[in-house]
Amino acid sequence: MPPSEHELRLRERLGRLRNLPLLGGARLSGELERLQRQIERIGEESTDEEIWRKVELARHDDRPYTLDYVERMLDDWFELHGDRALGDDGAMIAGLGKLDGRTIVLVGQQKGRDIHERAGRRFGMPNPEGYRKAMHAMELADRHRLPVVTLVDTPGAYPGVVAEQHGQGAAIAQSQATMARLTVPIVACVIGEGGSGGAIAIALADRVLMQENAIYSVISPEGCAAILWRDAGQAKKAAAAFRPDAVHCLELGVIDEIVSEPVGGAHIDPDMAARQLGQALRESLAELDGIPGDDLRRRRRARFRSLGVFA
Amino acid sequence: MAKIDVSVETDDQPSPPPSHPNTCPTCHSHYRDDELERSLWVCEQCGHHFPMRARARIASLADPGSFTEEATELHSEDPLDFFDLRPYTERLAEAEMKTGLADAMVIGRAALEQRQCELAVMDFAFMGGSMGSVVGEKFSRACDSAAEAGMPVVAVTSSGGARMQEGILALMQLPKTVAAVEDLHDAGQALLCVMAHPTTGGVLASFATLGDVLLAEPNALMSFAGPRVVQEITREKLPDDFGRAEQNLRYGHIDAIVSRPELRPTLARLLRLFDAPQ
Repeated sequence: MPPSEHELRLRERLGRLRNLPLLGGARLSGELERLQRQIERIGEESTDEEIWRKVELARHDDRPYTLDYVERMLDDWFELHGDRALGDDGAMIAGLGKLDGRTIVLVGQQKGRDIHERAGRRFGMPNPEGYRKAMHAMELADRHRLPVVTLVDTPGAYPGVVAEQHGQGAAIAQSQATMARLTVPIVACVIGEGGSGGAIAIALADRVLMQENAIYSVISPEGCAAILWRDAGQAKKAAAAFRPDAVHCLELGVIDEIVSEPVGGAHIDPDMAARQLGQALRESLAELDGIPGDDLRRRRRARFRSLGVFA
Repeated sequence: MAKIDVSVETDDQPSPPPSHPNTCPTCHSHYRDDELERSLWVCEQCGHHFPMRARARIASLADPGSFTEEATELHSEDPLDFFDLRPYTERLAEAEMKTGLADAMVIGRAALEQRQCELAVMDFAFMGGSMGSVVGEKFSRACDSAAEAGMPVVAVTSSGGARMQEGILALMQLPKTVAAVEDLHDAGQALLCVMAHPTTGGVLASFATLGDVLLAEPNALMSFAGPRVVQEITREKLPDDFGRAEQNLRYGHIDAIVSRPELRPTLARLLRLFDAPQ
């Protein structure tokens, strides 16, 4: 198979960096290594079984959720609540915290651990109030020039009667529009399920990362199977057909980087997973440092406007 | 664990298909093709709005002879080699044959009661109006073309959502079209959106609801998740007008419901209000 356009772009960037005199020192050589690693990843195409394994890992009951990372990565965490209009959605977390001494705004979906928490947080499926809470937090970040980190982990936006009455579609659109307007750096990472519109609502970022066992897709494998195969039991087949795994997303240029997890998955060693995630977030934020806000916004929009394949 | 599908359905027909495409599903009046064409595909007995094809829509809105189509060369590719019960390429070819369109959106420059604007019109007959890379690119180009020429965009949507066969790239058309709207707005131009039945999933959750003015056709379904999905997941009893334009108006999500014969004068008035240059 010929290399994808994205792979060519990565290779070109790598070539350019290699030829630079090493003025940036450690930071630049770090980036070199990282790029090299990403290119190698593209070479490792996943088999259908591996893809399904990743779907299972992404949904694993013990997988660390947003707040598990918050408590391990951030100091002085202060959670913000409520959308200032209608309610406080437990499926969406927003708050202020310090990442390596630097104040950031963190936004992310939150699933629950036990049955009560799961119900309370609707399995990580936000209502419009959740997206409005996210927007409120991101606008706060913009006002105070704080970088934004979003952690994506949702099967999708909640498909409920009241959610529709409160404008689910518009809330998802407006959350993306808010992100397209911010003039502070935004780094998003898919840490579990990146389910459809509910995920992209908080993922219009300057850098989009994905943990190696996360999935990111337009529809759940079961949903796709139910519609196209008319049989939700064909989910494995559907997943193999649309390949929601990180390597494929990297290959298509949908994400910029794959974040390593402990061997066997993030749930095996959440502390280690949090260190790896924190490191990747810090590196991405460092890359975005010093870029003027208008440029950031322009490049962010251009990044997403370039996505798609057509003849 | 709830298995959910909040995304998209690309069945080729909106809700239960009528016995015959020319039979009104509400009052069962039957029409000849030429009768429907004359009435803009609105049932003269009960006001039901039949699906309207993109070309017919453009003819009903644009001043005669004023429409110049753009980006006609764009065709979908099959980045995933997607194969469900049939290959995606086969579905595409079939849709193209059936509709005479290259994809589910037609864009171009038009005058509407002498006001210049850029039209972006979707066609549900092409794979359920689903949004893949071509629809995203066309909408994106329509915004650029309008920004450059200093005129508003009028979008007419009808879509089941993102096109599953293009996988994650279809999802990426949401942020793509959102970014295009933001650039259009930064250029000082307006987006007027008309949501026709159905406007659901990824199209509702991106550019369709970001218009400066939001209009809908009577009884158009405008929900993020389809009624069937909501019913299955939540087991809630759905209100009769679940997700319909009337409910959306009541809850404050749209500005007006405009019946098809009133659409052209309404859009012309809005274009005058947004002061489109001549």
